[in-house]
Amino acid sequence: MTVARFWREIPQRYNLVGTKCETCGAVFFPPRTLCPHCRRDGKIVPCKFSGKGKVMTYSVIHSASDQYFDLKPYVLAIIELEEGTRVTSHVICEPDDVYIGMPVKSVFRVLDCDGPDGVIHYGTKFTSDV
Amino acid sequence: MVGIITYGAYIPRFRIKIEEIARVWGANSAEITGGLGVFEKSVPDYDENAATFSVEAARSALLRRPVDPAEIKAVYVGSESHPYAVKPTSVTVGEAIGATPVMTAADYEFACKAGTAAIQTAMGLVSSGMMKYALAIGSDTAQGAPGDALEYTAAAGGAAFLIGNDDPIAVINDTCSYSTDTPDFWRREGETYPKHGGRFSGDPGYFKHVFGAAKMMLEICGTKPSDYTYAVFHQPNAKFPQKAAQQLGFTPAQIKAGLLVPYLGNTYSGAVPLGLSAILDVAKPGDRIFVTSYGSGAGSDAFDITVTDAILDKIDRSRAPSAQQMLAQKKYVDYAVYARHKGKIRM
Amino acid sequence: MRDVAIIGAGITKFGERWSTSFRDLCTEAGIAAIEDANVAGEQIDAMFVGSMSAGRFVGQEHVGALVADYVGLGGELHIPATRVEAACASGGLAFRQAVAAVSSGMSEVVVAAGAEKMTDVGDSTDVLAGAADREWESFAGATFPGLYAMIACDYIHKYGLTREQLAQVAVKNHYHGARNPYAQFQNEITQSTVMNSTLVASPLRLFDCSPVSDGAAVVVICPLERAHEFTDTPIKVLASAQAGDTIALHDRPDFSTMGATVAAGNSAFRQAKLQRKDIDFVEVHDCFTIAELCAIEDLGFVPKGTAGKFTEEGETQLGGKLPVNTSGGLKSCGHPVGATGIKQIWEVVQQLRGEAGKRQVEGAEIGMTQNVGGTGATVVSHIFGRV
Repeated sequence: MTVARFWREIPQRYNLVGTKCETCGAVFFPPRTLCPHCRRDGKIVPCKFSGKGKVMTYSVIHSASDQYFDLKPYVLAIIELEEGTRVTSHVICEPDDVYIGMPVKSVFRVLDCDGPDGVIHYGTKFTSDV
Repeated sequence: MVGIITYGAYIPRFRIKIEEIARVWGANSAEITGGLGVFEKSVPDYDENAATFSVEAARSALLRRPVDPAEIKAVYVGSESHPYAVKPTSVTVGEAIGATPVMTAADYEFACKAGTAAIQTAMGLVSSGMMKYALAIGSDTAQGAPGDALEYTAAAGGAAFLIGNDDPIAVINDTCSYSTDTPDFWRREGETYPKHGGRFSGDPGYFKHVFGAAKMMLEICGTKPSDYTYAVFHQPNAKFPQKAAQQLGFTPAQIKAGLLVPYLGNTYSGAVPLGLSAILDVAKPGDRIFVTSYGSGAGSDAFDITVTDAILDKIDRSRAPSAQQMLAQKKYVDYAVYARHKGKIRM
Repeated sequence: MRDVAIIGAGITKFGERWSTSFRDLCTEAGIAAIEDANVAGEQIDAMFVGSMSAGRFVGQEHVGALVADYVGLGGELHIPATRVEAACASGGLAFRQAVAAVSSGMSEVVVAAGAEKMTDVGDSTDVLAGAADREWESFAGATFPGLYAMIACDYIHKYGLTREQLAQVAVKNHYHGARNPYAQFQNEITQSTVMNSTLVASPLRLFDCSPVSDGAAVVVICPLERAHEFTDTPIKVLASAQAGDTIALHDRPDFSTMGATVAAGNSAFRQAKLQRKDIDFVEVHDCFTIAELCAIEDLGFVPKGTAGKFTEEGETQLGGKLPVNTSGGLKSCGHPVGATGIKQIWEVVQQLRGEAGKRQVEGAEIGMTQNVGGTGATVVSHIFGRV
């Protein structure tokens, strides 16, 4: 991966900066540059999310791609942010502790590294907010 | 008056017991824990490093006292374990707290006192009127070679201090430093683990510099140890700070709140910052705090601090976990898992 | 629009084809299909090749031209060959493009191929993760089994499903695969095999997952009115439907209902003017056991939340009310991703011709396919009938 690919999304990955459609009020994270409800009538502006949410569904990943070999087993979940949009993320907790409805909050972690001599990709993961 | 506007700390949740490390290396754990006064140490998660600790600590600071991040015009991170040899940790922190792009930033290295050196720099920038706020952080995923004496204590964590002169929660009355070229502990460029001069790091290193800075600080301020509510010294183990405190005339009660090392280990650049954060967690207006760090190589920075009324009404300390809360929330790992977490297993 | 018929179908043995290359897999299935269709190269107008990720599996792009060349249609005949990609639905979609070319009158005799050579790469998990949203699912640690596992977790939470019911999907598909000489796994298994296999992404275990496979499948189509020039047993395309959905699972209103399957299924039934009860058997996309349960519900064969019980009662096995995946499905027949959509159609051809041997559905008149790309961002569904 070139450095640009990750770099261009640093605001999104570090700080959950998504977007919002001012026409219909829908919020988007991951960010969208076109509102799928209003399309060309939508007005998209940046929107920062609080990082608080809850687990909608999850899985404990035991067989990972090489990139995440070090982390397995890890909890993967779809999280509904309190503002209403949903995001896929690691949840940092014991595999037995995750459950549907678990409150979570965002934390800052290493997502992966581009090899031992490459760029370190930082970003948002979630952890229990009980 | 320049001082601490807000603060935050981070301690990862994993721990390893010293007896477990001793078991692996065939050492006598009672002798080691007795000699060091350290019983367990913190261990980072797989996806944590000095940069993630720094971000978490800085975010906790801003949770406790909402400050417009655009007014933070400097970020300095002191660490011995910056994730890159070349590429600053401090800009990652700046970006993650929303302080970029109109800010200056740099990474500091001065063994275990890089964090307090960052506080001094921040004080200078604020006092000179160059900026309203500057952020100083000390954090480390401390390194110690497998089986080396350092491995029994090398821990992980960090703390962040926002420095400014706008209603500080604690005024930094003064600071001074004592530095010489003393090779008691070092890590050469490209080497994975530090080396040290063994017992040489005691008297010519730690004690000479801690006493040098601490005595100078008392003299400058015209104070005596009993004038302070709390004192915190660099804590590579429990013995050194206890001995230094005693010889300077501080009581065990004064150093208790800031002495985290028995159940945290030595967080290197994070050690005094975390100790100071633990004191601020419990401090009341009017409390006076005496701080002396130590960085091998070698030098000490001392601070004379007075807690203000702002600690009660300008920040909400409960909005982020205290050092003791983070110390209490722990999960023990064995040596194999610890080695995996620390990347000590070569793939 | 003209009616379209299948006049020939060919397939390779699916599995770990260590000594066979991508192009040779395509040639093997292509020759089988062309012989079956009894057409000469000069009669072929166009070719569509479905391949999910030849670029990452074997480092080869431009596989439309490559395959046409190596089946002898490129160099001298200069036949137009087009690669089609929609992740695991690439094969089904290549067929749909071929149908569009013939029904529109643009072409007469068209070849639709699907192929994947997956065993030449080490980290196939990462290649497959490209079928999801790379930026916001895969980079976040989502694997394909992980995404379907989250569908299963949601399904179990909403409807309840026993571990035995889920396992029975794999058991049934292995029962069918044991009767398909082209299947990767031709052994029967028990529920305990599935339930004691290693965890891949909880709750899914190894035997809930389709394997990494090599293989290719090819069919030849032409206008229905000309089909008898080539074969006595043409198979009529009664419906060709496709539907889309959000690329990421997290953007779906209901994780365990595949909206694109519902939409494509409804469209297919409307086109064919048929009811669910008219379908004699169906080949669905069981990349994971949970996917088969969702598929037969979302296609409308059973109410939501009841497919586990329906499966447990044997209704989806040969002899049941609705035999599902008589080929062995993706689980037992294998899942060379780009080939799967065409393999499903190949199986329908075998069944409707009455040539499915030990896995023959008695009296099969109408069969259906459902081929999924990603976690349901593309679904292609076809209905076929005897002429």
